[in-house]
Amino acid sequence: MHARVHITLKPGVLDPQGEAVRHALGAIGFNGVNGVRQGKVIDLDLHGIEPAKAEEEVRQMCEKLLANTVIENYTVEIL
Amino acid sequence: MKTAVIVFPGSNCDRDLARALEQATGRPATMVWHKETALPGGLDLVALPGGFSFGDYLRCGAIAARSPIMRAVVEFARGGGHVLGICNGFQVLLETGLLPGALLRNAGLNFVCRDVHLNVETTDSPFTGAWHNGGVARIPVAHHDGNYLVDDSLLDRLHGEGRVAFTYCDAMGNVTDESNPNGSVSNIAGVLSANRRVLGMMPHPERLSDPALGGSDGAKLFESLAGALAPA
Repeated sequence: MHARVHITLKPGVLDPQGEAVRHALGAIGFNGVNGVRQGKVIDLDLHGIEPAKAEEEVRQMCEKLLANTVIENYTVEIL
Repeated sequence: MKTAVIVFPGSNCDRDLARALEQATGRPATMVWHKETALPGGLDLVALPGGFSFGDYLRCGAIAARSPIMRAVVEFARGGGHVLGICNGFQVLLETGLLPGALLRNAGLNFVCRDVHLNVETTDSPFTGAWHNGGVARIPVAHHDGNYLVDDSLLDRLHGEGRVAFTYCDAMGNVTDESNPNGSVSNIAGVLSANRRVLGMMPHPERLSDPALGGSDGAKLFESLAGALAPA
């Protein structure tokens, strides 16, 4: 079983890296980009976890380590 | 006064910090490896050094904050112990939840490595008492993720409770946008816990704590601690 975690900055938290990427896109001719927010994806290869409990287990991983919930949101997909 | 310095894989200011503590207290600091599960007995201060613990993987300080010794450090702090976190140590303290807020990538995206000036915003703490005559401290920063952020209500609370320890300022002590090296909200360079016994700060006082290093403004922080925590 696999899980995929998406971690993004909360709305309102400035993302200077995303802003730098937006500028760079403009510099190479992509002028239609209003904003860029950069996040991260974490893929987990799970074993020994009951499928029914996997999502909750991965949510706990996010709360306790994978995300900093002060500034980041996360979503969990079980694949 | 008994002190300990926690050492993580990737710490690189641990010896500088230990030396600054020894200079102020007259006693060597105990170096404690992150895999230990208990602190030495009778400690007055635990210090978390700068560096790049665990290569800054995931988020700066995130993995160090979950290392075995940090459970003991959190327990020590919750029991009223004094804890100092400098640079990466500040990042670790935020990740443990002992201090509020988060440190983001510097607003200018660059790693900033230079001397800055700090306004000492409160002398009502064991870390800042020696600045009772006021003045501006010149202390270096060296970081990529020092852009301090808290939400507005917490920011009001930090200001209201006098828990902003240091702000970035110019040489005259004016807290200006130009003197902010990383985009931190309200130019905040260091914050105190509610009980004022935990301090996290991005600048490195240990790096200018002896005239041989080019300045000694940073030594005042360690002198403050020695004055506040040494047995009477």
